[in-house]
Amino acid sequence: MTLSRIFKTIFLVEFIKGLLMAIKEMFKKSKTVNYPFEKGPISPRMRGEHALRRYPNGEERCIACKLCEAVCPAQAITIESAERADGSRKTTRYDIDMLKCIYCGLCQESCPVEAIVQGPNFEFATETREELYYNKEKLLDNGDRWESVLAKNIKLDKPYR
Amino acid sequence: MMEYLQILGNEVYKILFLIVPILVSVAMIVWLDRRVWGLVQKRKGPNVVGPFGLLQTLADALKYIFKEIIIPASANKTVFILAPIVTMTLALVAWAVIPMSEELVLSDINVGILYLFAVSSLGVYGIIMGGWASNSKYPFLGAIRSAAQMVSYEVSIGIIIINVLLCVGSLNLKDIVLAQKELWYVIPLFPMFVIFFISALAETNRPPFDLPEAEAELVAGYQTEYSGMMYAMFWLGEYANILLMCAMGSILFLGGWLPITDIYPINLVPAPIWMILKILFLFFLFALIKAIVPRYRYDQLMRLGWKIFLPFSLVYLVLTASFLFYFDKLPKGNF
Repeated sequence: MTLSRIFKTIFLVEFIKGLLMAIKEMFKKSKTVNYPFEKGPISPRMRGEHALRRYPNGEERCIACKLCEAVCPAQAITIESAERADGSRKTTRYDIDMLKCIYCGLCQESCPVEAIVQGPNFEFATETREELYYNKEKLLDNGDRWESVLAKNIKLDKPYR
Repeated sequence: MMEYLQILGNEVYKILFLIVPILVSVAMIVWLDRRVWGLVQKRKGPNVVGPFGLLQTLADALKYIFKEIIIPASANKTVFILAPIVTMTLALVAWAVIPMSEELVLSDINVGILYLFAVSSLGVYGIIMGGWASNSKYPFLGAIRSAAQMVSYEVSIGIIIINVLLCVGSLNLKDIVLAQKELWYVIPLFPMFVIFFISALAETNRPPFDLPEAEAELVAGYQTEYSGMMYAMFWLGEYANILLMCAMGSILFLGGWLPITDIYPINLVPAPIWMILKILFLFFLFALIKAIVPRYRYDQLMRLGWKIFLPFSLVYLVLTASFLFYFDKLPKGNF
């Protein structure tokens, strides 16, 4: 041990330095936020709760191509389709098991018409499991509720896709 | 009979006036601890329940009261239940001799410091009982560690206390404080103060000596099997002990209830306020240290206690004694 090391050990120099630093840090602005009242910034790429979007005229975008069902690594998506009276192919059933879902975003990437998207909402905890088996109505409802944010996020993220 | 009841009533009323403020201040001190920790880590800290989160501990205590107390099937029931009670009772009982001012002390006994030392040493029983009665490996290992650690550091604390007693010449806590009227012992005995403070950290199982509760190795140490109010009692006892150690430190070294200087505007502040301020200052250091230090390894802890603190405080004791003897400053108390 060198002399300076011995000096430092006996007089707790490093320890006192740490103590002073801790006191200095105490008066700095905190890095965290008051969560339920304040929220941190969220990226437009945020992969949160799913939503099914519609065209501006109210027609649902999904064409029941089942690419998302095929690509889903957790097999959380179940789709059934039928021909509608006007000859277009539409889904009769579009279920996502939010408990199986791993929020990878592959469904959104595979979708050719930007129908299924993952929005910025992450606060959808429920009290029962059943409430997290989302069906078509729930997903469309999500789409209607978040449409303005979803459209903006897709536009913002477009240059990078 | 009436007379007896009256005396009893008087005493109970005095005890309540001691216990209730201590329990309230323990609750506040837990909040302060967490708040300081949060501030150092630049978090908002507990700030939701009540103003500045001051009632957080109360909310926690309420939660603990309503939780189920689980007693493991293989546990020794009697000892298991007794352990937290022992811990908390011993932590509170020691407060009986702490003088908050010249008049404000529950029992002014002549061997105050010995009583304090004895009761705080007994505290290890609660922990050993809890660890053994749980009949499970982590609590057992935690209790063994804790017992070894507390016994080791008690030795050096004892010698530090002798250092102070040499200068005072009395075991009465009031005399110890009054002897510091000219000069607080923190100045002539500064190295002893530092060692006392570090030993107090070890004695109360605080970081960096919180090996008994090293969560990475021992889950929660001796408290692992406890739940509900029994866990809360361990926890209250622990903080009451920390507060006690702070009080002891301020009585032995920081001049107890004496003001910093005896100059006009400063000595108007009432004595108990000074005592409380000194305890809070020491506790603030406790809380800061919790935030900045990593945990010691067990052999390092033992080495520090036995190979460094013990010889050093012994040498300092000899130095103090020879200094007092040579300059004829030995206290001439009423022996």
